[in-house]
Amino acid sequence: MSADLLPEHPDFLWRNPEPKSSYDAVIVGGGGHGLATAYFLAKNHGMTNIAVLEKGWLAGGNMARNTTIIRSNYLWDESAAIYEHALKLWEILPEELEYDFLFSQRGVMNLAHTLGDVRESIRRVGANKLNGVDAEWLDPQQVKELCPILNIRDNIRYPVMGATYQPRAGIAKHDHVAWAFARKCDEMGVDIIQNCEVTGFLKDGDRVVGVKTNRGTINTEKVGLCAAGHSSVLAEMAGFQLPIQSHPLQALVSELHEPVHPTVVMSNHVHVYVSQAHKGELVMGAGVDSYNGYGQRGSFHVIEQQMAAAVELFPIFARAHVLRTWGGIVDTTLDASPIVGLTPVENMFVNCGWGTGGFKGTPAAGMTFAHTIATGAPHKLNAPFSLERFETGALIDEHGAAAVAH
Amino acid sequence: MLLIPCPNCGPRDETEFHYGGQAHVPYPENPNELSDTEWSRYLFYRENPKGTFAERWVHSTGCRQWFNMLRDTVSYDIQAVYPMGTPRPDRSPRVTPESGTASTAPDSTTTGTAGPSTSTTSILTTTAPEGATK
Ligand SMILES: Cc1cc2nc3c(=O)[nH]c(=O)nc-3n(C[C@H](O)[C@H](O)[C@H](O)COP(=O)(O)OP(=O)(O)OC[C@H]3O[C@@H](n4cnc5c(N)ncnc54)[C@H](O)[C@@H]3O)c2cc1C
Ligand SMILES: [Zn+2]
Repeated sequence: MSADLLPEHPDFLWRNPEPKSSYDAVIVGGGGHGLATAYFLAKNHGMTNIAVLEKGWLAGGNMARNTTIIRSNYLWDESAAIYEHALKLWEILPEELEYDFLFSQRGVMNLAHTLGDVRESIRRVGANKLNGVDAEWLDPQQVKELCPILNIRDNIRYPVMGATYQPRAGIAKHDHVAWAFARKCDEMGVDIIQNCEVTGFLKDGDRVVGVKTNRGTINTEKVGLCAAGHSSVLAEMAGFQLPIQSHPLQALVSELHEPVHPTVVMSNHVHVYVSQAHKGELVMGAGVDSYNGYGQRGSFHVIEQQMAAAVELFPIFARAHVLRTWGGIVDTTLDASPIVGLTPVENMFVNCGWGTGGFKGTPAAGMTFAHTIATGAPHKLNAPFSLERFETGALIDEHGAAAVAH
Repeated sequence: MLLIPCPNCGPRDETEFHYGGQAHVPYPENPNELSDTEWSRYLFYRENPKGTFAERWVHSTGCRQWFNMLRDTVSYDIQAVYPMGTPRPDRSPRVTPESGTASTAPDSTTTGTAGPSTSTTSILTTTAPEGATK
């Protein structure tokens, strides 16, 4: 773990073309999901006359703000299938994209602090194993062996009673993931257009036929929305509603330290999650702010609580300094599962609702969403994540495995 | 962190309150008559405006009373506080917060042009299904 393991900073990895007057498909949002979608549209479906429109700079939204945890230990079959597919793609993508984004499979522990946690965790390990997802239950001593700086004494308010462990889980360098996708998209002819905000849609009856942007109107046969926190704003422009609420979610980093934290540790119960970045910062996240917000900042008490939890679990952090805090805007659904599929508008498709945990899903979101856009029908992995599930009642209730701690 | 003006207790720290989501969502008047689509609207669909939002809060560690609040979801400015059961105040002209505002840093709106836009009022259509009480 040292700085010279980092890939070169990309100076000119993609062109910056002017928008054309028409494309076969337009992807709104140049975060990880939009870029991965464009990549798989070009690679798997041969659609290269396409554009990714990003209102700011490439991957400057949640893609640049997340704590980069990748895992697939979700409870329900539908989630395990899509997140595990994502993990398998993460394992081959550095080679396929010919760009090392430092995917580090250092394992993820999800701590249990109450008897309820313990039961739920053991159930999840069982469910994971049945779904072919690597998972183990660790007792406190085994937890300590894997992460020696963790405090497993039982005289704290919520002592560590064990943990689930997924050895293949880990972290990746998020900016580099975006650049890797962007570079390959560009090579295959995809136009990546930054500073291009979608401000409305052109429709012919119920069918979308174009997008209005601050850089002019673009005609297109298909539109894919990958706008994370802004999905409901775009849906509203297109004339439909999404069951989405946007919330601020914050993260923070310490100054650089020697390697002390060998794995990823998450706790839903005391609500903090910690990993050590390749350079050495301790990267920490917590839960969303309760209120709706688009301001890309959140409340200080959330940070205070997460720091209190971190110091109790990792006493040696007591003297670490916080270097930087920031916020992103996440799009949450009531069953804590994403929405990937068709919309009431013909030829318009939506990928949203990944909430606090969509970074890990990036490759599978892109692959399945590209399939949906190209063929007009869901892929078998995203079919359960349709908008209709809120009407049919076939919800995928992942609050236990997803909730806010990702 | 928000400084929320409780109508009963005065301005208090956000940590004393709990959030109750969108205000003015009436329970269906004739539940037996709702279609699946209408139920899904009532249960799962809420407004999510980028701009002024009417929402409910409860002062959990103070007077324990619920009240409604108009808040800007971009600047987090609190624009009005008003009792449960009363209609949403007209915000043109914009209500000047007398009793308190969000204690937020002025430099922290990083979304640039994302200020409250007047067009947001038009998207605040009710999510109430047919036959719902207001
Ligand atoms: C603090 C924090 C920590 C997180 N930690 C994790 C984690 O550890 N693991 C994990 O799996 N997930 C995590 N997430 C969630 C994850 O970041 C998101 O689920 C995921 O990034 C969403 O997909 P995206 O990358 O495409 O979104 P974004 O990167 O947000 O992309 C959406 C893009 O759309 C653009 N856009 C919006 N409106 C328009 C418009 N009108 N026109 C053009 N462009 C537009 C935005 O500018 C933005 O760049 C975290 C999120 C946050 C905020
Ligand atoms: Zn009060």
